[in-house]
Amino acid sequence: MSQTQASLRGGPEPLVSVRGLRTLFATERGLVRAVDGVDLNIHKGRSLGIVGESGCGKTVLSRSIMGLLPSTAHREGSVRYEGHELVGKSVGSMRRFWGQEMSMVFQNPMVSLNPVMRIGEQIAEPLRIHLGMSRSDARDTALQLLEEVRIPEPKRRLRQYAHELSGGMRQRVVIAIALSCGPAILFADEPTTALDVTVQSQILDLIAERRQDRNMAVVLVTHDLGVVAGHTDEIAVMYAGKIVERAPTNELFANVKMPYTRSLLRSIPRLDDDPHTRLHAISGRPPDLIDPPSGCRFAPRCAYAREKCHVEAPPLQSTENPDHVYACWYPVGSAEFVEREEELVATGVHVRGRQ
Amino acid sequence: MTAARRGLGFGFWLSISWLIVISLAAIFAPWLPLKDPGENYIVAGARPPYGPSSTHWLGTDQDARDVFARTIFGARTSLVIGFGAISFGIILGGTLGVLSGYFRGWTDRIASIVMLILLSFPGLILAILITALLDRGLATIAITLGILGVAPVGRLARASTLVFAERDFVTAARAIGSSNRRIIVRELLPNVVIPMAALSLLGMAIAIVAEGGLAFLGLSVDEGVTWGKLILLGAGTRDLERAPWISFGPISMLFLTVLALNYAGDRLRDYFDVKDITL
Repeated sequence: MSQTQASLRGGPEPLVSVRGLRTLFATERGLVRAVDGVDLNIHKGRSLGIVGESGCGKTVLSRSIMGLLPSTAHREGSVRYEGHELVGKSVGSMRRFWGQEMSMVFQNPMVSLNPVMRIGEQIAEPLRIHLGMSRSDARDTALQLLEEVRIPEPKRRLRQYAHELSGGMRQRVVIAIALSCGPAILFADEPTTALDVTVQSQILDLIAERRQDRNMAVVLVTHDLGVVAGHTDEIAVMYAGKIVERAPTNELFANVKMPYTRSLLRSIPRLDDDPHTRLHAISGRPPDLIDPPSGCRFAPRCAYAREKCHVEAPPLQSTENPDHVYACWYPVGSAEFVEREEELVATGVHVRGRQ
Repeated sequence: MTAARRGLGFGFWLSISWLIVISLAAIFAPWLPLKDPGENYIVAGARPPYGPSSTHWLGTDQDARDVFARTIFGARTSLVIGFGAISFGIILGGTLGVLSGYFRGWTDRIASIVMLILLSFPGLILAILITALLDRGLATIAITLGILGVAPVGRLARASTLVFAERDFVTAARAIGSSNRRIIVRELLPNVVIPMAALSLLGMAIAIVAEGGLAFLGLSVDEGVTWGKLILLGAGTRDLERAPWISFGPISMLFLTVLALNYAGDRLRDYFDVKDITL
């Protein structure tokens, strides 16, 4: 545990530091622990990927950090933004941070724009609220922002409605709105899921460029490890409300520790695979967050789980690299892992040689 | 092929034209070349009511007053009552519905109870109670009928607000730091207003018919003429047999207007695909 804290402390003062964050939802079936004790640091100008399957709490985590939760949610723990404690702050006092300090790009650009308001007005809105710009200044800045997100014919777009634009253009508009007040940190919640593949990479490149020239931190939430590979400095893998592995991107891809992360990596199809190679799926579904399994939460779905895994939850521990932490009793490469892998290969469940 | 693709259609524009014509006629009635609605056009040697003729297009009533002129003048009160009633319903019900749908929690519970009470009250009884206890001025009648519209409008407003408040663009507006007031006025209202427009046309038709009902009970406005009061005038058995035109004039106007309102409202509802309207 002390090692974990050491790794969190490393480097300069983080922009956002999250400690022991829990987000609970009161539902009719019981208390849903969507985020269950998360520690994270987000540094200025750096980009962090949060990865996991659907229903693992990635989206809730990003919204919890920002404080954008429905009224049924309850937040515990600590989120510090440049020394300000955000947990417990009222919605009214959070408005000072939203838009200007932290901002968000949403998953589906089809529904994250107001259908009955012109694009120009929607971009100008935050400028006028936060920066107190006049109508004409706001319009000029809106035009600049549209140019900055490289929308074709920006002048015409100002007067159009969302339904007149393509998905990719809409997402560019959403990004322009999110960037409008110069946030220090941008949360992008599956920003490319609703878009087709060619547009995906353009949007990710765009976010990366804007990150660099604004020295803005980016948190990229996605279920697709392929997406974060080229666009993040660090990756945190989430499972059932907890972070199960966290490492700098290169280190993670080179030296996976947690079997869950490995499964996620294996589930990405590769161009150099033989044709008709079967995709690796992770069997089962993420656990019910009302009544999570005891012990390691991934154990019920893990091919390498042993008795201990079902009983005792593994703590986050670091590897030789203090920035790489994982929560697993029998990580990839350990004697027990190798032994089980041999058995699996022998019985034909796994194909050797792929990681 | 959805209705939206076909546009609003000829019938809709015909209905709207009729509504515009009748509204203009009502507004400019005193300046139109109509007969004086108060004048008794007695013809020597003949007993009124007189049947339709070139001088009295829709005939006259028992006091030899021109039915056509009176029907046009009656439109003034009837349309004002219909419009006033639904405006009241929309302003109060819409506010209540949007606030309860947006804030949820206690606001929602209280507003829902208020609407449930309003809905459980038999409408006509409430109207009779209020008009019997208070004066029977234009405003009282309009507001009474408006109260009956609060709950249906409120429920529609609440339902549409709930739908739109869940949309990401509202969260997005919060994420850039918009205040509640701004979110309601700028993000929600423009969206919620569309289904309400369809409902308001239907509601206006209902209010106009309801005024007719009140008039039949002798509880409509005490001054001036309304379509309801005009119909009542010719509604005796003997008059209906011998001089059906006395009621026929105002009835046909009321019929056409209500038909136009209903049809336009329906088309608008289909066009914007508004679901579960209950009135």
